[in-house]
Amino acid sequence: MTPILEMRGITKTFPGVKALDEVSFQVQPGEIHALVGENGAGKSTLMKVLSGVYPHGSFEGEILYEGQPVEFAGIHDSERRGIIIIHQELALVPLLSIAENIFLGNECASRGVLNWRETFSRTEKLLKKVGLSEAPGTLVDKIGVGKQQLVEIAKALSKDVKLLILDEPTAALQENDSRKLLDLMLELKAQGVTSIIISHKLNEVRQVADTVTVIRDGRTITTRDAKAGLSEAEIVRHMVGRDMSHRYPIRERRAGDLLMEVDGWNVWHPDHAGRQVIRDISFNVREGEVVGIAGLMGSGRTELAMSIFGRSWGRNISGGVRLRGKPLDVGAVDRAIAAGLAYVTEDRKALGLILDESVKFNTSLARLEAVASRGVLDDLRDIEVAERYRNALGTRTPSVSQKVGNLSGGNQQKVVLAKWLFTEPEVLMLDEPTRGIDVGAKYEIYSIINDLSAQGKGVVMISSEMPELLGMCDRIYVMSEGAIVGELPIAEASQERIMSLIVTE
Amino acid sequence: MEIQAPGQVQATRGVRTYLRSHMRDYGLLFALIAIIAFFQFMTDGTLMRPVNITNLFLQNSYIIIMALGMLIVIVAGHIDLSVGSVMGFVGAFAAVAIVNWHLPVVLTVLASLMMGALIGAAQGYWVAYWKIPSFIVTLAGMLVFRGMSLWLLQGQSVGPFPQIFQRLSTGFVPDIFSEGLSKSLAAMAGSFNFNVLTMVVGLLVAALGIWMGLRARARNRAYGIEGEPAAFFWGRNLVVLGAFLFLMFKLATFRGLPNVLVTMGVLIVIYAFVTENTVIGRRIYALGGNTKAAKLSGIKTERLTFLSFVNMGVLAALAGLIFAARLNTATPKAGYGLELDVIAAVFIGGASMAGGSGKIMGAVVGAFIMGVMNNGMSIMGIGIDYQQVIKGLVLLAAVIFDVYNKQKQG
Ligand SMILES: Nc1ncnc2c1ncn2[C@@H]1O[C@H](COP(=O)(O)OP(=O)(O)OP(=O)(O)O)[C@@H](O)[C@H]1O
Ligand SMILES: [Mg+2]
Repeated sequence: MTPILEMRGITKTFPGVKALDEVSFQVQPGEIHALVGENGAGKSTLMKVLSGVYPHGSFEGEILYEGQPVEFAGIHDSERRGIIIIHQELALVPLLSIAENIFLGNECASRGVLNWRETFSRTEKLLKKVGLSEAPGTLVDKIGVGKQQLVEIAKALSKDVKLLILDEPTAALQENDSRKLLDLMLELKAQGVTSIIISHKLNEVRQVADTVTVIRDGRTITTRDAKAGLSEAEIVRHMVGRDMSHRYPIRERRAGDLLMEVDGWNVWHPDHAGRQVIRDISFNVREGEVVGIAGLMGSGRTELAMSIFGRSWGRNISGGVRLRGKPLDVGAVDRAIAAGLAYVTEDRKALGLILDESVKFNTSLARLEAVASRGVLDDLRDIEVAERYRNALGTRTPSVSQKVGNLSGGNQQKVVLAKWLFTEPEVLMLDEPTRGIDVGAKYEIYSIINDLSAQGKGVVMISSEMPELLGMCDRIYVMSEGAIVGELPIAEASQERIMSLIVTE
Repeated sequence: MEIQAPGQVQATRGVRTYLRSHMRDYGLLFALIAIIAFFQFMTDGTLMRPVNITNLFLQNSYIIIMALGMLIVIVAGHIDLSVGSVMGFVGAFAAVAIVNWHLPVVLTVLASLMMGALIGAAQGYWVAYWKIPSFIVTLAGMLVFRGMSLWLLQGQSVGPFPQIFQRLSTGFVPDIFSEGLSKSLAAMAGSFNFNVLTMVVGLLVAALGIWMGLRARARNRAYGIEGEPAAFFWGRNLVVLGAFLFLMFKLATFRGLPNVLVTMGVLIVIYAFVTENTVIGRRIYALGGNTKAAKLSGIKTERLTFLSFVNMGVLAALAGLIFAARLNTATPKAGYGLELDVIAAVFIGGASMAGGSGKIMGAVVGAFIMGVMNNGMSIMGIGIDYQQVIKGLVLLAAVIFDVYNKQKQG
């Protein structure tokens, strides 16, 4: 069988970085092909080369599609041939409706006049296909990242797709949503659509992929048949270049005195006055403890953390926060930081980073006093700090003066983490901290969490990946619809128990 | 703690990549030099005559002073359309206070600056705390203060001012060196006069510039940071400081250092330092780059926005005083449309409409580009109609160059 896609000797360089080095890559028609590798290995870049985001001539090597050489000058050319890419960083217009987003650039119109009825009815059909029940007129910024991902896929389906490229489609998704998405991929496969999926969730890769290609440091390491008993451990070994026997570093569990207590926390929605988002929540963290918060998307976990962190979300907030028994003033973000809180956002692009600025700029942003004296910045101290965290987290960047926007997704996440670690918090609240992070780097991040807890700090970990919560936490709170519906010591926690607590509520 | 030398990774980046990533900075500088050379040639040398250089500084000082504040406002992600009107209004206020009410000059100057701060605060309040778009708030301000200057002056020109007030603009720093030295140097330079102080200050500033540059390079090298390639460093200094000394020499052969030039120079240095080397400066860039992320990093984004407008108001007031002092009268038309020159200067200087980027030196060079073009075209006798068209096209070209550059860098 001739491959539907063959990329030969692809080399792509950016100033100071060779992102791809003679990469070869073959995809057979009708298969689901997984592309895996560490953060910054070059996966997204390879797919951008394929889809014309980086036009012909801006890289070396050749691309054969359906047996013929192709030279895409832009994403339009590749879309015309049925290659649709869904980027790692979502590209929806927040203030347009779902329907408008789906048909953006591809509008149902006759002679320039939009046909709204057709737009809406086709949108409804597409939404049903991807398992969304939202009204087509809903504004995209009113739905969460997970649903936005599904809208992106609906958008791809609205075009005549032959080769679908999904760059970390499930990174922001809950497990059941992920499963829906993966089922959708299998369904599309049955209809003859070829897919390429990039993912750091290797269990999903094993579920759906027919073939796996591993790339490392911009080179193809191996291409393997996934159906012939390829184990996760083996993939990991190819990815990181060594054996990784444990996914979670060993933790010494020793919870000390009460560190942070939150009492009777209530929060209302900032836009809808009558909607209470957090209902009477109380929880605590002990010194040296890692406390997990489990729950479905939209259960209010992010809202809880953000409202505690300097009231950065919601209104009519009431309740008390105490640190070592003393009431804390968390009325504004700077005071919350000064009091020893830190919050690592789940949305690094919108809330975590200044993308046009450097790694260095972003690393010290939340604690500039520490790299300045009397208000004057000391550039060398600034660089020193950025370098320290770059090494500690293994952030891949040609230098700390590189623009953060030019880093790979996982490496951007590490910069957000560095920023908050540098504030040396007493209580670190992590919201989906390992989203988009490769297995090796996850291990490093878990180790850092363990170090913090060994120093007697408290960690609150919000995560949609239950294995991660079970592997890392000492205690897990379960949230549902803005309230805490259960608290499980780790010895009693299991995926099933957490789910049953959520469901019975 | 161990610091891995990043030099190894960077060593691969050559002079070409350096030039490419700093295209903007060098491009702007060379554009200014090319424009100066062009008009120098087209005006048969009138442009660079000492008296004209002095005039250039006087004519553009208020634009440059306002561009400093405008850069900050634009970096913070906003715009201020009212500066021309505010400048005119404060000038009118000062004129009425001095000429009609006979208030002492010093008191008037202080009151005017306070007035500027209050005006900035009044506008900044709505922008920062009520999230009303700055375009709208300051558009309103533009109309309001234009009307208020008309009302204050009753449609008349008010002047003249006492001499001490005029010196704010048209005064020169007196020479402190002996007359004998001045005479003999004047003879050597073949000019009627030679202001030794000007030349000495020029040389000192140039030496200081080189010394600071070298020190920064040495520090960078010690940490293995690859900065500007040596050839660029010396080339740039040779051109910039050479041009600077040349200007100072020309000024020295006329009447010396204008007071406004000193004011302006000091302000430029302060603002460049604050924006690039201080905590507050960095926070302003963060605020403009991504307000939500800045806020979540503990930056008081509202207060910072508010302060950037207060600062703009004070600078517009200072510009208003200098403008009135130069014309020796306050007219209802003063400052009319100047906001556009100021904003154009900032954008020519490389700031982005979206906020978060732009440099003080860029804005200053942008203002000089506009100033030299105005001046040169006037000397050449080009009509005001063509002047506007040409200035518009230059602004457009500069911004297109910017966007093109950014796209190429990916
Ligand atoms: N526009 C750019 N400018 C400079 N360097 C870039 C640019 N885009 C990507 N890179 C670099 O190219 C390398 C590969 O990046 P890429 O985004 O392909 O990684 P990835 O495999 O998708 O990683 P992740 O799993 O973190 O998403 C990285 O080192 C990254 O920093
Ligand atoms: Mg990627």
